[in-house]
Amino acid sequence: MRKPDKHTIACILFAAGAAAVGLMTDDAYYLQVLIFIGINTLLALSLNLLMGYAGQISLGHAAFYGIGAYTTAVLSATYGFSPWLALPAAIVMAMAVAYIVGRPTLRLTGYYLGMGTLGFGMIVSIVFREWHSVTGGASGFVGIPPLEIAGFAFDTDRSYYFLVWAVVLFFFLLSRRIIDSRVGRALRAIHDGEHAASAMGIDTARMKLHIFILSATMASLAGFLYAHQVYFISPETFGFMASIKIVTMVVIGGMASIWGSLFGATLLTILPEWLHAFADYEMMVYGLILMLVMIFLPQGLTRGIIDLYESSRKKHDQ
Amino acid sequence: MESMLRIRNLKCFYGRIMAVKGISLSVKQGEIIALIGANGAGKSTLMEAVSGILRSWTGEIVFEGKSIKGLDPPAVVRSGISLVPEGRLIFPPLNVYDNLRLGAYTRLRQRAKEEVGQSMEMVTALFPILAERFTQPAGTLSGGEQQMLAIGRSLMAKPRLLLLDEPSMGLAPLIVEKIMEVLETLRRKGLTIVLVEQNARAALEAADRGYVFETGTVVLEGKADELLSDRNVKRAYLGKDYEEFDDEQR
Repeated sequence: MRKPDKHTIACILFAAGAAAVGLMTDDAYYLQVLIFIGINTLLALSLNLLMGYAGQISLGHAAFYGIGAYTTAVLSATYGFSPWLALPAAIVMAMAVAYIVGRPTLRLTGYYLGMGTLGFGMIVSIVFREWHSVTGGASGFVGIPPLEIAGFAFDTDRSYYFLVWAVVLFFFLLSRRIIDSRVGRALRAIHDGEHAASAMGIDTARMKLHIFILSATMASLAGFLYAHQVYFISPETFGFMASIKIVTMVVIGGMASIWGSLFGATLLTILPEWLHAFADYEMMVYGLILMLVMIFLPQGLTRGIIDLYESSRKKHDQ
Repeated sequence: MESMLRIRNLKCFYGRIMAVKGISLSVKQGEIIALIGANGAGKSTLMEAVSGILRSWTGEIVFEGKSIKGLDPPAVVRSGISLVPEGRLIFPPLNVYDNLRLGAYTRLRQRAKEEVGQSMEMVTALFPILAERFTQPAGTLSGGEQQMLAIGRSLMAKPRLLLLDEPSMGLAPLIVEKIMEVLETLRRKGLTIVLVEQNARAALEAADRGYVFETGTVVLEGKADELLSDRNVKRAYLGKDYEEFDDEQR
């Protein structure tokens, strides 16, 4: 049944493209934007696994993003640990929190799960803001060191660009592996109907918890990358609006689509930059674009563009 | 002969409401059993209890000598019982092939790839139409094809006891007939089948024995052909003017 793997080819092309862009872009501003696209892609992909594939809504995903950023910030800046020791700590922290939160909340479904995760996101964001002695409170956390490997520091935009996109590529490949496996089918089955999925012998509670933990880990990793890129973090980056933005990236890009995560993250990272031209009307135009995308491409950008392409080709053939 | 499935004094609860009020029944290896009765009689509840989906019950459910008390659905599937759920509950966006593979979910873990391949062949031999539709999203199949897919999917778990909840729901009489024929074929291959049906006539014609449910209890049980000709069953479940109705259809 195995066809020549289109996805592998797509990933190779994508890696080559990303490398070419990284080598050719000299402008620091553009490199910065591309780095943020990478980090946001990782975030969108993490939520897409949970929401797009397994059908579990999380309106508090920025909390895990923040847990990754603050864990590494506190360990590396306050306590002087190497960021490479802070990395596993950030991951374990996110996994532990995801386990504790996921156990009870994943029993909820639909809107109720949305509400539950929303509450969780708010609690975490309040902790970041109010725990002054550790997080620096509302004024933020300064002095996060750059990443280093054996004397090589990722302190230029170009080197960081390659680091971030290598991580993104790794998770693209990993996600594809998961989705095409027995586990991936089980996740999609849970999305369609938990009742039927469990009648197939799928341990739905465990499966949901596992994907939630994986998703939290990826978001935490994105937070880690973010913290060591900007050296300064503050609570609002990981608040409610951030969670909504991640959801928007997934929906705009396309649910249950790996490439959709890339498109959604790209659009939502670039759009505000472009819209600076509209000055005061920026948010209005932003909202309008999102509305238009949803009205005309309800399946998201990826599916929508493929459909447009196919229908235009059909017209062409006639 | 020792029964394959034995249920004794089963009471099922939804919160404080008792939906099944002390039912006992037994199923022997190789039998087709029909459970008939009106809406809300507790037939589907019983199926949910046996398949591990409903856990709040008292009494005794013993499958092949072992109690299934406390087993979750995955454990029940592994023990050899597979449910074809009411309303089919296929996975519409997934293609037919993936739907079938999901049926073998508990087996693929045990790395029984070859055996699963044999089951796939068996299912596609039984329902050739499914093989033609492998790459099509299951949601695009017709109602009858979806029911075949649901049955095929459950067979992929390689059960020894197959539970079917309302397989005739919403299907044309000809398709219902075809599905009942398939059940007969499966029985000849050694499968034991319990069938819940509102379409009492089709079910009793396919079955060896039947149980008539009413508001959570069994009011009548016996050989299927005897139930078919039973005056009370006829009046209550086969339609009053059943004979004439039948003539009209032809």
